[in-house]
Amino acid sequence: MTADTSLKPRTRRPPVLLVLLGCIGLAMFVVPFVGLLARVPWSDLPELLASDVVTDALRLSMVTSLTATLIAVVVGIPLAWMMARLDFPGRPLVRGLVTLPLVLPPVVGGAALLFALGRRGLVGEPLEQAVGLLLPFSTWGVVLANTFVAMPFLVITVEGALRNLDQRYEGAAASLGAGRWTVLRRVTLPMIGPSLVAGLVLTWARAFGEFGATITFAGNLQGRTQTLPLAVFVALESDRDTAVALSLVMVVVSLAVLVALRERWWKAL
Amino acid sequence: MEGALGPGLEATFGLRRGDAFRIDLSLSIPAGATIALLGPNGAGKSTAVAAIAGLMAIDSGRIGLAGTTLDEPSADVFVPPEARRIGVVFQDYLLFPHMTVLDNVAFGLRSRGVSRAEAMDRAGSWLERLDLTGLERSKPSQLSGGQAQRVALARALVIDPDLLLLDEPLSALDVTTRVELRWVLARHLEDFPGPRLVITHDATEAFLLADEVHIIENGAVTQTGSPDEIRLRPRTPYAADLAGSNLLIGRASDGQVEVGSHRIHVVEHEIEGEVLLTIRPSAISLHRSPPEGSPRNAWQTSIVVMERLGERTRIRTGAPIPLTVEVTSEASSALELGEGEKVWVAIKATEIGVEAGGVYTRSG
Repeated sequence: MTADTSLKPRTRRPPVLLVLLGCIGLAMFVVPFVGLLARVPWSDLPELLASDVVTDALRLSMVTSLTATLIAVVVGIPLAWMMARLDFPGRPLVRGLVTLPLVLPPVVGGAALLFALGRRGLVGEPLEQAVGLLLPFSTWGVVLANTFVAMPFLVITVEGALRNLDQRYEGAAASLGAGRWTVLRRVTLPMIGPSLVAGLVLTWARAFGEFGATITFAGNLQGRTQTLPLAVFVALESDRDTAVALSLVMVVVSLAVLVALRERWWKAL
Repeated sequence: MEGALGPGLEATFGLRRGDAFRIDLSLSIPAGATIALLGPNGAGKSTAVAAIAGLMAIDSGRIGLAGTTLDEPSADVFVPPEARRIGVVFQDYLLFPHMTVLDNVAFGLRSRGVSRAEAMDRAGSWLERLDLTGLERSKPSQLSGGQAQRVALARALVIDPDLLLLDEPLSALDVTTRVELRWVLARHLEDFPGPRLVITHDATEAFLLADEVHIIENGAVTQTGSPDEIRLRPRTPYAADLAGSNLLIGRASDGQVEVGSHRIHVVEHEIEGEVLLTIRPSAISLHRSPPEGSPRNAWQTSIVVMERLGERTRIRTGAPIPLTVEVTSEASSALELGEGEKVWVAIKATEIGVEAGGVYTRSG
């Protein structure tokens, strides 16, 4: 356990070229934010942040991204479990399908959702006739688009963690009298805890920043489907100061969550 | 059917794993007895554990415990693991790494619906019994091998099981700790009133802990008997290899170990109290007349059994200390040895391995 220290090479002058390239890489993350901060109209900021457009978008973004994360937990963890533990035909195909939203342009995902769940869609039409639920251009549509795009992060992380988990621990728990749910709740999930939290954070962050699928499937109606990214996009055309204020809100919220969780949990990634 | 069963474990079953592997076992362990299932790696020991614990279903036969059928495919009975009352000490212990020691031990009680307060209370008293007081809040990663083993034992015993099942209980430990803990384990096994099953690949462990040893090779039991029977009359090459060493339990004091009424000299002077002596059969020499020179351990005895195994001859000697001796067949012919003949046994003190019985010496 302590062997690492003795194997560590003696401290030398760090290689200049590597450090130089690394700094350029870092600059690519820093410069845009500095540019953003430089444009912040600090004196008008309170007023801008209190505007309806901003508060509506922030509220909607929080609600939809958290709901999407919750849905991902409810159906994504079981899906990850199925993929990790059940041997069924077509499992490679399922894994491919689950990863697809990660590489697909979100606008294509949004279009696909529209064809399936739109007013004339394969599932959308019978759904509307049966229960009167129309998903496109509704807040639930935003949630669905968010879930579609973000859930793969949770499924993939949890599946990997379940695969790496020594299943004998679950056997030990069963031998001690724990039923399946108890094993899952008290042994399996806590043992994959760090990966689970990492997956949740990634999922939420992806949902929070979702743009393409949302605007395609749910449209851009203030208070109903206009999330923060959509509001930024609109404001860029008309009102630069609001766009900057909205962007600042997104940066601050995302950064706060990532830093807070990284401290405690996010070491698995 | 069930009324005819005793309180112990009655297991006769077959289980297939893939095409290549199959085990067939028959075990009967009354309450208060310890049986060891001893075999090389890959013999099917872990499969046997999984079958009895209910982590794997058997293909044929029946497993019954304390008068209840746990698994009987022909009668369509399968009791899931969580409903069996079996305390398992797993190989590598498998303590839950995210829980404290106390929560680990209380886990079985909590899972069975015992209230939190009572579970903590009972878990705490088991920790005390196993000398683990003060470690309640520790995480398994902070424990020594010996402590982890005792936590695993406490976790298995706290549920008041009908069977104690130990899968390689000492193999995760380093050699020194293993020697010490064998004795601790022996004592705790004796305290458990139900049937006990120890799975191991270590002959010393099996011989020391068990009343009866089943040798398992390639999924089948090849020999069953008391440790002495197996040691003295091994029936397969594997058993003969295991039987290699003579094991004697005695009480040490200043370089002398009392074994029965006899005293054996050893090199080790520091160890006091109960000890385990190991003597390789080939390290013992036989003589027609009292040996002269260096060996300080010599006594007269008679040959009980002689068995020629090619180049070597295996000889069992009688009282005062029965031993298995191995000499070259050439030497055996030269000495004109035969069953019933009187011989002198000589063992150099340097050839005798001494292992202290840890707790017995320290805590009296």
